Order: sequence, then C-alpha cells, then structure tokens
Amino acid sequence: MVVHLLGIKGLSKQEIYRYLEAAESFVEVSERDIKKVPTLRGKTIVNVFFEPSTRTLASFDIAGKRLSADTINLSAGSSSVKKGETLLDTVRTLEAMNPDILVMRHSESGAPEFASLHLQRSAVVNAGDGANEHPTQALLDLLTLRQHFATCGRSLEGLSIGFVGDVRHSRVARSNVWAHVQLGNRVRLIGPPTLVPSDFAACFASKDVTVCHDLVSGLEGLDVVVCLRMQLERQTEHFVPNLDEYSREFCVSERLLARYAPTSVVLHPGPMNRGLEITGEVADGPRSLIRRQVNNGVAVRMAVLYLLARSAGIHEDVPNE
Amino acid sequence: MSSTRRAVVIHGGRIIDAAGGRECESDLLIEDGRIAAIEQPHVLTAHPEAERIDATGHWIIPGCVDLHVHLREPGEEWKETIQTGAEAAVLGGYTSICCMPNTRPANDSAEVTRFILEKAKQAGAARVLPIGAISMGREGKQLAPYSELAKAGCVAFSDDGDPVADAGLMRRALEWCLMLGLPLSCHEEDRTLSCGGCMNEGPLSLRLGLKGFPGVAEDVMIARDIELARFTKGKVHICHVSTARGVELIRRAKNDGIPVTCEVAPHHLVLNEVCVGHYDTNFKMMPPLKNDEDIEGLFGGIADGTVDAIASDHAPHHLDSKQVEFSRATVGILGLQTSLPLFVELVSRGKVSAKRMVDLLCAGPARAFGLASGTLGVGRDADVTILDPKRRWHLDEQGIRSRSKNSPFVGRELVGQVVHVLVGGQRVVRDSKLVSDMEAETERGRSV
Repeated sequence: MVVHLLGIKGLSKQEIYRYLEAAESFVEVSERDIKKVPTLRGKTIVNVFFEPSTRTLASFDIAGKRLSADTINLSAGSSSVKKGETLLDTVRTLEAMNPDILVMRHSESGAPEFASLHLQRSAVVNAGDGANEHPTQALLDLLTLRQHFATCGRSLEGLSIGFVGDVRHSRVARSNVWAHVQLGNRVRLIGPPTLVPSDFAACFASKDVTVCHDLVSGLEGLDVVVCLRMQLERQTEHFVPNLDEYSREFCVSERLLARYAPTSVVLHPGPMNRGLEITGEVADGPRSLIRRQVNNGVAVRMAVLYLLARSAGIHEDVPNE
Repeated sequence: MSSTRRAVVIHGGRIIDAAGGRECESDLLIEDGRIAAIEQPHVLTAHPEAERIDATGHWIIPGCVDLHVHLREPGEEWKETIQTGAEAAVLGGYTSICCMPNTRPANDSAEVTRFILEKAKQAGAARVLPIGAISMGREGKQLAPYSELAKAGCVAFSDDGDPVADAGLMRRALEWCLMLGLPLSCHEEDRTLSCGGCMNEGPLSLRLGLKGFPGVAEDVMIARDIELARFTKGKVHICHVSTARGVELIRRAKNDGIPVTCEVAPHHLVLNEVCVGHYDTNFKMMPPLKNDEDIEGLFGGIADGTVDAIASDHAPHHLDSKQVEFSRATVGILGLQTSLPLFVELVSRGKVSAKRMVDLLCAGPARAFGLASGTLGVGRDADVTILDPKRRWHLDEQGIRSRSKNSPFVGRELVGQVVHVLVGGQRVVRDSKLVSDMEAETERGRSV
C-alpha cells in the first residue's frame, strides 16, 4: 500500500519520531563535501506547486537531488492550471509520467488528500495546503527543538509552547499543534479573537490546547514561542484594524520575552515581517532558532522522501522471479 | 391524457392524509382524474370496469409537493432537464414540484415561464410549478414583472442561490406581491458574513482549514425578512432553514402573527458537518451541513409546527464540478428520489410521526404557497403516492433518473420505497418504475 504524508493529524508519536530520527541521520549528509547519496537513484519526484513558493520548493528540490532522485518542478504559472484544467486532470496527467513521489503545494485545503485518492501508484507529500497542514514544516520545527533541548538535557516532551499571531490562516500552526498534542505538550494559541477564535480550544480535541487573547499573559512560562507570519492583506479583510495596531498588541519583542518567558526559544516559519510580528532583536538574538530551522529543512525533506519511498516499497529492487 | 380515463380503485392500503384528518385503512375511487370516493375497506368493490391497485400493506398518501427544486433547463441541460427532473420527482413520490428560477436565462419573463410549462407538459410526469425571479436576471438590482409572471403561471418568487442583499428592493417586492397574494421564497444569507465560507463555521472548519460559513449569516437575514414581512404584511417563505436560531426567530414571528412560513431540507436533518471530514464534495451544501445542536433545533421546529414544509432543494451538478478542490466545488445535492425514503426512515426511528411526515411533505408545502394539492379530499385532483414503508432498497447510479449523480446516498440502504404514483388519476409510476419506460420497452419488444 502506498503511504502518503498528507498531514501530522493522525500520525502516532512513534511515526513522528521515526521521521525525526531519519532526519537526524540526513543532517550529516548535508555537511559532507559531496552532499549526495545514491538512495533514490532512478526514482522520479515531481514537485507540483499550485501556489507560489521559493523556499519550500527549493528545499524539496535539493532534498530529492541529494538522494539522487530525478526531480521535476512544476509551478502553477507554467502548468496547464492557468489554462483552466481541473485538478483531477492535472493529477492524472502527472500520474501518467509514473512519478514515485508527488510533492504538492496548493492554495486550497484538502487538495493533496484529493490527489491521493485518485492516484494508484505515487506517494503524495503535502507541501502545504490552504489553511490545513504543512507537515514537513512542523517536522523541521520539531527537529530544531529536539536538537536545542538535547543540549540542555531535555526532550521534546513536557514543553509549553505558544503560537502567536494569525493561527486562523496558518497551516504551519495546525501541523505543529497536532504534533505537540501527540507528544503531550501544552499548547497556547495567542492572538486577537479575529485571528484566534475561541473555537480553537475545541478544534484539536485536547484539553492541553488553550486560547489566549493577551500577549503578556500568553507568553508567561513558555519554553517555546512560535511567531506566525502576518499576511498584509488581513487588514482589508477586516481581521485587524491596521498593522500598527496589530503590532502594538502582538509583536513579540525581547523586552516582553525577557520579562515573561526568560528561558524561551523562538521559532518563525518565515518569511518574516520584521517589526510586525517579531522584532529584529528577537529574530537575530540568542534565543532565536530561526537559522537552524532553515538548515534543517533539507534534512527533514530527505527523510520524508526516503521513508515514503521505502514504505511504499518502490525504491527497493524487486528480485526477478 | 386521454379523456376517457378508466376509473381506478386503490384498495387494501392505509390512507395517511394529515390535512384531511385521515389515518386509517381505506379504499379510494378515482374517476375522471379526480377523487370520487374514499370509503372503508370492501365498500368500493362493485366497480368491474375499474383498474384495481392492490395497496395491501402500503401507505396511500397525497402526492408530495416540493417547494424547492432546480431543474437547470433552460440553459444547463447537461445537469438536468425538465423531463428528467419531473420523472425523478414522480419516482420519488412527488407529484408537484416548484422549480427555482436560477436558469439561463433566469425565469424573469413570461416567455421563460411558458417555456418551462410547455416542457413540463411534454414530460408528462410531475406537475411543474415555476417560481419567478425576485429581481431581473437575479441580479438584485431591478424588480421582476411579478404580475406578468403570475399570469403566465408562476406560483412564487425567489432569487434562490443568491440572497436579496438590498432590503429596499425586498420591501418593494413584498409590497407589489400583496396584490398577487404570492409569497417570496427567500434564500437567507448575508454575504458580508458568509464571505465565501464553504462549511459550517466552528471547531471543525478550523480543524480542516476550510473557510467557515457562520450560522449567523443566515440568522440576520431571516430576522431582516421577518421584520419586512411584519412591516409590509407581505408573505415571506424562508428557504432551507438550517440553524436552531433561525427556527426560533420564525417561531416567535409566527406567534406574533407575522405572515412567515419556512421549509427544511432533509439533508440538514440526516447529515451533519462531520460528513465533510475528508473533503467529500458530495457533502458541500448551501447552507452548509450543521452540528447536532442546530439539527436538534430543526427537529424542535418540526415537532411544534414551526416548520411548514420539507423541501428537497434538489440541486443537480455535473461530476466535473464536484471532483475538484472542496472550496471550489459547486454546492448542492440531489433530493427528489431520496427525500421521502429518508423521512420514512425518520418515522421508523420514531423521530417524527407518519401523519406529521405527510403534513410536511404534502399539505404543509401546499399551504405555504397557496396550492390546492397536498390532500386527498373528494373532488380534488387525484395526485396520489403509494409507498411500501417497510421495503429496504439501495439507490444505485443507474436508478438515479436525474442527469447528474451528486448524491451521498448512492449505495446507502434506504427504508420505504415509492411503488405507485398517480398524477391527475393517471398512473405514471407502477411497481417503482416509470410507466413511460415500460411502454417504451414494450414498443421495442414489438419492433424486434
């Protein structure tokens, strides 16, 4: 049976750790002089991006190439989507080329799941769908935290973690929360009611997830603060009065962190709006793990591609009868 | 239909007619397309010429009346035609269906109304009663010619599919229609609140990352139109109410004597938002499927009489517009062939009485739109549906008469099957099959 990675939702703790452990072994590959292993030689990976992306696309592309797979990148601008083709037709056309793995980014929630239901042979990796999930981002965030907390003798469990900002529209936050719920961590979702509606408390079916509309009390006692990107168009959609007002109430600054969460570390999935959701001082300061997040992106994606290819049994040569 | 119609005797069954106050074993005599007599069993046996229908173990109910269907013709015949829609209707026990004006062109002129009625006559299945548009082209900008449309045969007016955003236009429409005594059938949605939401807003929409459609988008418009009905004294009919709060607003309005009626769609009673879980577009509706609290509220309205009618909101859509991303899929579900069985199942589960079901499917809708149908009184048109309330069956794609197949009930076991249907005394469904199909088959057999 073909195994897909459509989201963190539904993964067990063991499955999450399996991805993280594989990723740790691939970190070393990226530090070698010759950054290439023959693991997926002869395999084809199609990166189909229905939504503009540079960072995630580049990261998947490099990951595939370091595993010696043949990678092809298709973006919405250059594909037939702009010509009015339906998602189903695009997916079927791609399948006809026999890719082993299809990496999909899409603006609409559920699109990778839809694709997985209509594919016979290829494994699907969700590279971000609408406001639903971005599982590889969550895995690289977890890897980054695991590496950090290992240096002070702590594990990924027993943490308090807060997400600040536009949780409503954030697939990064959702994927991360699903993981932290599995790991048994306490999660605080922090932001105004327009962006962090109180329904979020029931959304993840866990009493460890709480909602907080005040930054100061939200930060109190956190081990990890994840700042989320604020989309500039949210003010025209009436989610915030204006960006100045938003940043006065919810910008994560060193002053607040030093006072209310002094031992915390900070993540940001990028790209950052410096001065809006996070100050430059925090982003570049000692508690920031943002650079390491970027470094881990390739290793995590190599791990995902490797494990999916393996679990689907498509990278191992089948002996001839 | 021929002028020398044979008399028909329906015997052995149980008549359930809410408006006529009957729920007993009775036999029915039909002459010249009308109900000539309703008697206790065995009294009507002395009609040797008559066609006899054995209804033993079956329910005999008035032909059902659907206030809300989309027949897609003119303009979108690949989804449905008046022919296939009217045939699906009788197969599902409906003898009268009111078709919404969101066709291309919209039904905003006598010409389109007459076209629909002509096609319906050719179809020879259910009676088709057109609903005219509230605004020209359903654009919400200019009043449609209500008197012209009424004279051509429209029974109500609606911009269904789109709400009437302009309250001033709605007021004038209600005032004009006072002269006609016809209701405005209102799709209640404040688009500045629904904002393109594609499922019920709540924890589940957040979990799935889908844009939520809050129930309050429906409630505020229901409240507005109730106030306009109070102010103008015009008749407001609320389409497909889906929220508990909406039911409560209508309940209070009725208590205040405001001329408001409402309908509920069967899918809002038997399906809930959880069905959307894997982005299955067959569960994408407008208004969206709700949570259990709202569903309880709808059943409360059914129990206490706040809800006047069940309307299927039969909305055929081509597979191509459903096999896409959830947020981009068309909204709606087929309903004509499943509404009655779904209700029979609710009766068998004790959620509603058989008599109340018949009221909601027959007399209630007829009252809301001022139609003469929906009851089995002597002297009335013989629109009769006979069903086996115990029969268990499966609807498969071949059995769907509509040109579209967008039903989540395909393959699901249904309880209660329509066996025979008469429209104006003429048998159009026999043994759960269209009489016209059987005749065509016999014809083919002969020519071979």
